[in-house]
Amino acid sequence: MQSTPRQTTRGPTFSHRVLLLFERLSANRAAAKLVYSSSVVFFLFIVITPAIAGIVAQLATLPNLSLTVDVSLRMRNAVVSSFIVGLVVSSLDVVAGIPLAWLIVRRRSRWTTVLDSMADIPFVIPTVALGFSILEFWSGPTGISQMLGDGPVVSAGMVLIMLLHFAFSFPVIVRVMVGELLNYRETFEVAARTLGASAFTAVRTVTLPILRPAILAAFLLALARSLSETGATIVVAGTFENGVVFVRNARDASLSAAVTIASLVLIVTSLLVFAAIKITVPRFRFAPLKVWPRLERELSRSTVAMARNISSLLVFAIFVLLPCLFIAFPAVEAVASGVLGEAFASAGPWTNYWSSMLLSYLVAVLATCINIAFGLPIALLISRNRFGRQSTRILDSLVDLPIIVPSLALGVSLSFFWGNMGALPEFWVLVLAHTTITYSYFVRAMAAAIQGIPVELEDAAKTLGAMPLRVFRKVTLPLTKYSLLSGAILVFTRSVDETGATSAVSKALKTAPVLLVEWIRGTVAVTPAERALGVGFLVLTSFLALVALRLIAFRKEKT
Amino acid sequence: MSKRFGKIVALDRVSFNMQSGEYLCVLGPTGSGKTTLLRLIAGLLKPDEGEISFDGKSVNNIDAHNRNAVYVPQQYALFPHLTVLNNVAFGPLSRGKSENEALEIASKTLEIVRLAWRGQSYPNELSGGMQQRVALARGLASGASLLLLDEPLGALDARLRLELRHRLREMVKEAGFTAVHVTHDRDEAMSVADQILVLKRGRIQDQGPPRRIYVRPAGIFVANLIGGANIIEGVVESASVDSCTIRVRGGTTIHSPPAGIAMNQPVVISLRKESIEISNQGLQRGNALKGKIQAVRFLGNSREYLVRQANGDIIALRRFQEGFEPAFQIGESVTIVFQKDDVMTFAYPPQGLRKELEIE
Repeated sequence: MQSTPRQTTRGPTFSHRVLLLFERLSANRAAAKLVYSSSVVFFLFIVITPAIAGIVAQLATLPNLSLTVDVSLRMRNAVVSSFIVGLVVSSLDVVAGIPLAWLIVRRRSRWTTVLDSMADIPFVIPTVALGFSILEFWSGPTGISQMLGDGPVVSAGMVLIMLLHFAFSFPVIVRVMVGELLNYRETFEVAARTLGASAFTAVRTVTLPILRPAILAAFLLALARSLSETGATIVVAGTFENGVVFVRNARDASLSAAVTIASLVLIVTSLLVFAAIKITVPRFRFAPLKVWPRLERELSRSTVAMARNISSLLVFAIFVLLPCLFIAFPAVEAVASGVLGEAFASAGPWTNYWSSMLLSYLVAVLATCINIAFGLPIALLISRNRFGRQSTRILDSLVDLPIIVPSLALGVSLSFFWGNMGALPEFWVLVLAHTTITYSYFVRAMAAAIQGIPVELEDAAKTLGAMPLRVFRKVTLPLTKYSLLSGAILVFTRSVDETGATSAVSKALKTAPVLLVEWIRGTVAVTPAERALGVGFLVLTSFLALVALRLIAFRKEKT
Repeated sequence: MSKRFGKIVALDRVSFNMQSGEYLCVLGPTGSGKTTLLRLIAGLLKPDEGEISFDGKSVNNIDAHNRNAVYVPQQYALFPHLTVLNNVAFGPLSRGKSENEALEIASKTLEIVRLAWRGQSYPNELSGGMQQRVALARGLASGASLLLLDEPLGALDARLRLELRHRLREMVKEAGFTAVHVTHDRDEAMSVADQILVLKRGRIQDQGPPRRIYVRPAGIFVANLIGGANIIEGVVESASVDSCTIRVRGGTTIHSPPAGIAMNQPVVISLRKESIEISNQGLQRGNALKGKIQAVRFLGNSREYLVRQANGDIIALRRFQEGFEPAFQIGESVTIVFQKDDVMTFAYPPQGLRKELEIE
């Protein structure tokens, strides 16, 4: 027999009344319009416009700019290298990442769940730390060159950049593909198999083509990251220059004309390349009709599958996992050598370090809060098409803008814009820059989650008497809780990680990664132990964020 | 009211009245606009033209949450993250009742649908039939007065559908609700409705109590939809004050009640299978046609005989209470007879018979 809770009837409490007031407000058309339009205004004027206006302002100064011949040659080479590196690395990532994702999804076990979490590691370690770790691993005296004898295996330069980008874009591919494969209905493959296709043929001719949009999306994400990443790239670049490194060097050398032109070129070319890929590849209808039955049956054998799994695990271990985790060694050594006391006493270079860390986390928290507050209504708009078909589509494409454009170039434009505006203190420009760059992550995560809730649920709730705020609080939000949290954590970690725009925007203030880049490159004199420890602390705090995310996810799976 | 989605006219000048406490079934094939109609009444859509009123007052400008009309979608839309009890309590809570009151009401309503014992379960733990009852309970508990059910039995298997349709009507009537029940199943509509509204492609084809619609349908589409009918094409040969003579293919004539259609106009005749008898003794009363038995089908409680006429038309008839053996054999020559009053005559549809009878 159902027992109802026995409570003495109390009148509505104060908080209850306030809540009711807000609920009634939410039903008010004017109030709802106000909330939505202020979010749109925020998006357009704080996120999009400064970026675009900055770019336009830069363009306006173009006629007065000139480059010497060799500088412009350098610039051209640098930009081209960016794209070469990006395209090569993203392709390699796709080729290496898909088998691993396949392994994780199709062979579900305790071990593959562990593997799944491990694949996230490069994503969570701040890229600066990643750069340092990879630098030490491949070319440092304590790295694998220790085993192989003379000299660094891979010195700083293009190949090292490729290794770096391969490592940190890897989790992107794996995440996207694991998600897609989990949703993928095996019925198609089963149908193909029962029609006589071997496993290899079925996957090649049925599964992969169906997953093509996801593969393309993952590729583009990896490409975006590769083009955009600044901190770690600078660390491992040595004398080689890709687009981003060039801009940085030009800035250090006070070649402002080169900075302006190069960042513009990067922005324009990124947009063009992305648009080109997005438009042409889906049109590319290649239906693989040719089948080689005997060869493919051979390839379907379990020995081949095992070989494939082993090789993808090896690739993952050697090129991704170990280089990322390598940071642990110097860090532990540093602790052993007693630098810890100095660090906590905030002596010497550590004073700046801790203030930088504080700054980083403060900016991250602010950026996260602002993005949640202004991003939620936009996510609602996009996913529920409240704005009308056309406007929603435009809004949708605009939201992706900050990701496509390399953050350093974006930072240059932003500092142009806000610099000309004058009044805003550097701290707030920094916060706005971080908010802009991380904006898309939250909105995308929330929009996808909201779209996953059938509209019927909200309709039923409405006709049961629930006003819009109540529908959101009691139906939409509980069902998207997980995505909200992971969106927020994505924003937070990305902000802590952010180097490119930060170094462009702020002259006086230095966030932790920017400071660490200086430590690693030697522009600020620190001992190797201090360097290792500094990086280690940053990694530790980010790691805690990953643990928090996993705990939340685990709790969700339990319900 | 009318409703358009871009170029598609979902509802075209649909207009009807309902009484309080009435159980109205909206019957129509897919794409006929049934769901659109429901959503318009619920306030989830706004009509392009026309007005909706409850109790004489226009509700066009009232939002869904204030309309007191509960919409129960086909998939029930039970909130997956709330228990059954909390699902049912959602309505009263949203309308401002205190938590205690809401849970009281929820418990009581769950008692009515006999699911109080599953109050702490989650929707995905219940069977389809139970979920339907919870969805209904949620609607009943909400304090609304109008229940809008979108194919409430659609997600259930055939046997459950038969069992639950009457229980559904009982519970709605007990609670004193007015209900609009949308379905594509004509037997369902016939057995539970006070009134049936037949929709096709956004237009009302007929409206009335089940009996009237069955016996005197407003058009050939409704006649065909509502009950198995023979459809014969013909031309009016002569019309008098108490009967109408129709000439069909091959020269035979059929007499029907006056249809108000002029001479030499094409018509369509509808004849229900159960109103035809086979008489071998030449007893001619009303209409009589000669033919040969082409096929016999056993349907359990009845047998269906397909009789092929001289002109090639095949007429199907049903005989109930036959014995173990069929009364007539394949190939037998028989005379089929039917009353003049059982013949339904309609004007020939302008876009052609096939188009008119199309389900989609």
